[in-house]
Amino acid sequence: MFRFIVRRLLQLIPALFGLSILLFIWLHRLPGGPETAILGERGTPEMRAAIRENLGLDEPILVQYGRFMQRMFRLDLGTSIATKREVTTEFLQRFPGTVELAATAMIIAILVGIPLGYLAARRRGRLLDHVSVAGSLIGVCIPVFFLAYVLKAIFAENLHLFPASGRQDPTIEATRITNFFVLDGLMTREWDAAADALWHLVLPGLALASIPLAIIVRITRASVLEVLGEDFVRTAEAKGLTERVVRQRHVLRNAMLPVATTIGLLTGGLLSGAVLTETVFAFSGIGAFIADSISQRDYPVLMGFIMIIAVVFVLVNLLVDLSYSLIDPRVRVR
Amino acid sequence: MVGPMTITERARKKAEKLDRLGELSAARDEERGVSLWQEAFRRLRRNPAAIVGTVVLGLFLLVAIVGPFFVPYAPTDTIGIREGLVKSGQGIIPGPSGDHWFGFDHQGRDEFSRLVVGARQTLLVGVVSTLIGLAIGALVGGVAGAAAGLGGRWGRWIDTALMRVVDMMLALPSLLLAVSIAALLGASLTTVMIAVGVVSVPVFARLLRGSMIAQANSDYVLAATSLGVRRSKIAIGHVLPNSLAPVIVQATLTLATAIIEAAALSFLGLGNPDTAIPEWGVMLADAQPYLGIRPALAIYPAVAIIITALGFTLLGEAMREALDPKLRK
Repeated sequence: MFRFIVRRLLQLIPALFGLSILLFIWLHRLPGGPETAILGERGTPEMRAAIRENLGLDEPILVQYGRFMQRMFRLDLGTSIATKREVTTEFLQRFPGTVELAATAMIIAILVGIPLGYLAARRRGRLLDHVSVAGSLIGVCIPVFFLAYVLKAIFAENLHLFPASGRQDPTIEATRITNFFVLDGLMTREWDAAADALWHLVLPGLALASIPLAIIVRITRASVLEVLGEDFVRTAEAKGLTERVVRQRHVLRNAMLPVATTIGLLTGGLLSGAVLTETVFAFSGIGAFIADSISQRDYPVLMGFIMIIAVVFVLVNLLVDLSYSLIDPRVRVR
Repeated sequence: MVGPMTITERARKKAEKLDRLGELSAARDEERGVSLWQEAFRRLRRNPAAIVGTVVLGLFLLVAIVGPFFVPYAPTDTIGIREGLVKSGQGIIPGPSGDHWFGFDHQGRDEFSRLVVGARQTLLVGVVSTLIGLAIGALVGGVAGAAAGLGGRWGRWIDTALMRVVDMMLALPSLLLAVSIAALLGASLTTVMIAVGVVSVPVFARLLRGSMIAQANSDYVLAATSLGVRRSKIAIGHVLPNSLAPVIVQATLTLATAIIEAAALSFLGLGNPDTAIPEWGVMLADAQPYLGIRPALAIYPAVAIIITALGFTLLGEAMREALDPKLRK
């Protein structure tokens, strides 16, 4: 197990190296540079050249890359061109928002999806089954940003049940420790701040949850159906085990493997959805910030953010692989 | 005395005879062996989801192909503004009427005509981007799969190299990838198609590779190898055609996601800047500022996108079920 983790982490190094080279080439091929974003169309060639020199963009690309790697080893990701703040600071301020949003969506998707998929499989062919299968088919076909707008229009703007935008009510004076607003509220015992942050997460979380939820329902249903047909389930029922034992120890546990894989894969997709949801709800996470950084050619921010996201993605998938052996002891990670 | 048979009796007898005949020919079919595709098609015809999906897609195709010839107004004609009916600055955008079934859009153009003409553009974006993803993905996956399954040590090396690249593409969030490609190439319709297509490359590559490796271990490959058939011929003539089923299913499902992702790009302002030719994604994105005045402008294209995507998804899922070897009798 330990060797498995170490090997997977070591594999991360060449992958990151390759990714950094690809990213660097891609970024520097983008038409227009940060100088166009700063000056607009009006800047004289001299002003452009001055900015490029100031940012070190006039040097050969190999030298620039070497400098970037040098800083990387010191865990220094440089300074944002647009906001003039350190990339690490920007990241630590915005990433918690996206994590909170993605986690909310995933929790909703898992808590609703797995029981629903299980029940649909147990009542195959009945109304509940048909409704959840139809729902999951429609769920993946609704554009996330449209759903976000519909939820916002109905529950925020018409019924005023939830806030329409942002991460926290500006009138609440909350202490910031980790920038995870809910966590901060709980740690400082500012219960109203925690509750308010949670309240802000409901609508974007629901919108973002729609696609993972639909997929989890479908995978759980298919997987449970397959396990229900296995001989060992019939044996367990025949030898008189209670339904609860059969359900928990035999059916659910065996059906969870494909579901765990899917959840791991969906985590990467959540980031795509987060870009859209964050835009609709003016939720300050990394999604909207990355989109802005692309249009402003903010090279350091893009390099840094995408590299960290790739690491996070690999780590999430490592956790998913490790969870297999927890779910199914027959699986030994090597 | 044997009375004459009533018509119903005769009809029943005839039906019984036909049934027996059907059974006999079905039995003969089984002896002869039915190909995977024939059997899949037979099961597809009995699946209500497949029928609904096909009907929806048939309608969509019909509208996309012939619709633009029959629209009541040109999709670019700002008739509403010319006639002074639409003043979007003051929040006046009239809804449905006898002459304009779905009302006007914010520039005074006939919404119904735009929806109908938009079907063609949406179909174009979906099909072309899926084909781009399919072509590149199948090439990468096919080479990797053939190399891994039949290529020996060198083959495994090629496979590993190709798959590392694919995994790296998978590690980036799809929309981020699409957004960066769109930024790289500048906003245009071609850009949208390339960006959405490239995003689906790793999926197709992984699927075809996995499917080909699984096929490479089967008996018919062993038989062909022992007969001395060249490895390239086995890969292209034997393994590849038998590995295509999951890829075709995925292509159908990708058509749905391609349309939705193209809409998402338009929403982020990276879609086709030329709004003269309507496309549902662009229409949906254009309607956002007028949600408070006339939400229907967003709802029409959104519902059109959802129904079309649903059609592709239904058909794709039904195909997946029909082709699943586990479910074959």
